[in-house]
Amino acid sequence: MDTLSHLANGFAVAFTPTNLLWCLVGTTLGTAIGVLPGLGPALTIALLLPITYQVAPEASFILFAGIYYGAMYGGSTTSILLNTPGESATIVTALEGNRMARSGRGGAALATSAIGSFVAGTIGTLGVAFLAPTVVKYALKFGPAEYFSLMVLAFITVSAVLGSSSVRGLTSLFAGFVIGMIGVDLQTGQPRFTFGTAELLDGVDVIIVAVGLFAVGETLYMASRRYAGKDEIVPLKGSLYMTAAEWARSWKAWLRGAAIGFPIGAMPAGGAEIPTFLSYAIEKKLSKHKEEFGTVGAIEGVAGPEAANNASAAGVLVPMLTLGLPTSATAAIMLSAFQSYGINPGPLLLTTQANLVWGLIASLFIANVILVVLNLPLIGLWVRLLKIPAPQLYAGILVFATVGTYGISQSPIDLVILYLLGAAGFLMRRFDFPTAPVIIGMILGPLAETQFRRAMTIENGDWTVFFRHPLSLTLLTLAFIGLAGPHIWAWIEHRRRRGPEHVPGDA
Amino acid sequence: MLNRRRFLTGTAAAGAAGFAALHFAPAFAQDAPQVQIFVPAAPGGGWDQTARTIDQVLRSEKLISGSQITNVGGAGGTVGLPQFVNQWKGKGNSLMVAGMVMVGAIIANKAANNLTEVTPIARLTGEFEALVVPAESPFKTAADFVAALKADPTKVPVAGGSAGGSDHILFGLIAKTAGVPAANLSYVPFAGGGEALSALLGNQVAAGISGYGEFSEQVKAGALRLLAISADKRQDGIDAPTLKEAGIDVELFNWRGVFAPPGVSDEDKAAMIKLVETMAKSDAWAAECKNRNWTPILLTGDDYAKFVTEDTARIGAILKDLGLA
Repeated sequence: MDTLSHLANGFAVAFTPTNLLWCLVGTTLGTAIGVLPGLGPALTIALLLPITYQVAPEASFILFAGIYYGAMYGGSTTSILLNTPGESATIVTALEGNRMARSGRGGAALATSAIGSFVAGTIGTLGVAFLAPTVVKYALKFGPAEYFSLMVLAFITVSAVLGSSSVRGLTSLFAGFVIGMIGVDLQTGQPRFTFGTAELLDGVDVIIVAVGLFAVGETLYMASRRYAGKDEIVPLKGSLYMTAAEWARSWKAWLRGAAIGFPIGAMPAGGAEIPTFLSYAIEKKLSKHKEEFGTVGAIEGVAGPEAANNASAAGVLVPMLTLGLPTSATAAIMLSAFQSYGINPGPLLLTTQANLVWGLIASLFIANVILVVLNLPLIGLWVRLLKIPAPQLYAGILVFATVGTYGISQSPIDLVILYLLGAAGFLMRRFDFPTAPVIIGMILGPLAETQFRRAMTIENGDWTVFFRHPLSLTLLTLAFIGLAGPHIWAWIEHRRRRGPEHVPGDA
Repeated sequence: MLNRRRFLTGTAAAGAAGFAALHFAPAFAQDAPQVQIFVPAAPGGGWDQTARTIDQVLRSEKLISGSQITNVGGAGGTVGLPQFVNQWKGKGNSLMVAGMVMVGAIIANKAANNLTEVTPIARLTGEFEALVVPAESPFKTAADFVAALKADPTKVPVAGGSAGGSDHILFGLIAKTAGVPAANLSYVPFAGGGEALSALLGNQVAAGISGYGEFSEQVKAGALRLLAISADKRQDGIDAPTLKEAGIDVELFNWRGVFAPPGVSDEDKAAMIKLVETMAKSDAWAAECKNRNWTPILLTGDDYAKFVTEDTARIGAILKDLGLA
């Protein structure tokens, strides 16, 4: 009841005309920067920080929250249409989304991602409003040992995206590990694989790798196949929005995505990428249309991850608002904005700044509505992009990828990396190596390594910690079941069918 | 090359933040100078906030007619530094924001350029560090912590910022004073204060070291216990001794200051020192520092140059002990 009255209060703050205007500006700007690779919400909010000298705290946080949510919506648009992820959280969306766009269902992919984002964003924001204190209590129980076990589970689960040949898939995954290791090692401060280049000391941005492998690699491949007359893009087939069957396939994926995204987003080292991987893997496993994955594009593979990334965006706000813990770059910059107002974000924020916090939460609900209203009519316009003749379209993608990459750090070295990876992406495509595992390896590999080494430092080298902590043991058990379960199941089935007198191997 | 790069940076910034550009439109006295501020870090971090606050105060005090901020981030400032040294040479109206983190990064990354090549203008602010433990910890005082460290350093995991950064350096200095070999320390680096904080709140490490501002709210709420601060004297409103009072002879400020490029004329240097000094003594600057938990520790010109040299030697020695240099 208390929460409801606070929330009502918050809506009173958010519904003033000026604050509504800030929300509209934020969501529009957020959608725009989400579309551009390179320009993320963190950078945009950082550039807008001077605004905190001019306007009331409520207004600037409503603006920032609008940008943050808007970027999550916008990032999926280019993933789906151009295979050029605008945000690291929308990399997975490109896998199925772009396939759908090529086979004439781009409108449906955009619609399921917009509506799924709305559904999951709303669920996530409800979670922030009603569950924040409980969720954060559990999230803090995750230490390095638990995170490492979670990574093990994630590795097992995402092996679903390795493609048909596990040797090729694993090769890609390990290439991702290597790219992920470039830069200063966080644990010892020593540079790895930087070849004496100062620009490489901070590592390679995952967006550059995704854009290089997906967009540039794809473009080169298309250019090389131009006269083979294959792989034509169908601009639009059937209805612009979703059909009844597509709705039926989407809604469960949205709910599952939200259920995975919110709690992982709320974990201090959870992030937005891992829930999208997990959601994709689960949708692929549960789908009745497995043959559509990686061919014409399965709508579940877009709906789930898109819902997961928006719910995790809401989840990130949980530790920020309840404890003052910034768990993502964007949250860290929003916290520094609090300091411009002389507000110290911390455990007392909810009581000392109730109007501000609840106004912010209320504006998140409004931002969600604005975003879905803003994005659905745009779909018709976006889909027309695909009617551009292939040479011009692919040239446009190249320009877009190049400008966006330069925008990340204004570093020419990044452009060299982009095109090297583009060439690698082309060769991988040509020789049938899947590219998605590179990204997964690059994100999960260093995370798993860091958490493992942290756990080892804290426990003084005693590796039994992974089995002594109950949460960690549970996660490892789940991982083991995921790995061995299907084989054991197959063996039991095999025995049952062939009769108990047959032992395996006994032909 | 330089103009084109700056132009592109400028357009990217303006394009990204359409109406932030409004604030760049000058509306001040015509005779006041224009200032270019170079930030060797991405937008949003400590140096960037320092630059933007300098910019804000210089404008509100009507000391300048306009300014432009350029960010070249990466590797603790060692990506930006060569650019400032080579491409900004002789530009008398320019300032670079840097600090103790860059001193450490130059040593640890074995960077080609260092801070002796630029012109020290002024040290502006410092953030003292705090030694904290979770509320449930058996350590009640800094002496308890040091005693445990002496008994077996491997049993006392300490969380803080990145390896070789100011938090790690302070831990090294504390251990050195206590006679504990730095190589035996169990330091758990996190990418930022927030992540380290969650390890402390989750009771996964024995203690934490970071800027006081990172922990202050948790200390007030009773979730963390503050054992000591690394300031030179007791601070108003902070109920904890300094490390020196607690018997650990260490003092450390994570300082930030401004430098002019190499090769500026003596007149330009003197004018710039005067400009920055006027700003740092204004009420507006004092108010911003209070808001952001920055301790004003103004030091200008030659005194500042001497300080930078001494601090470089001290940090170099401790990084060597920690096995990072």
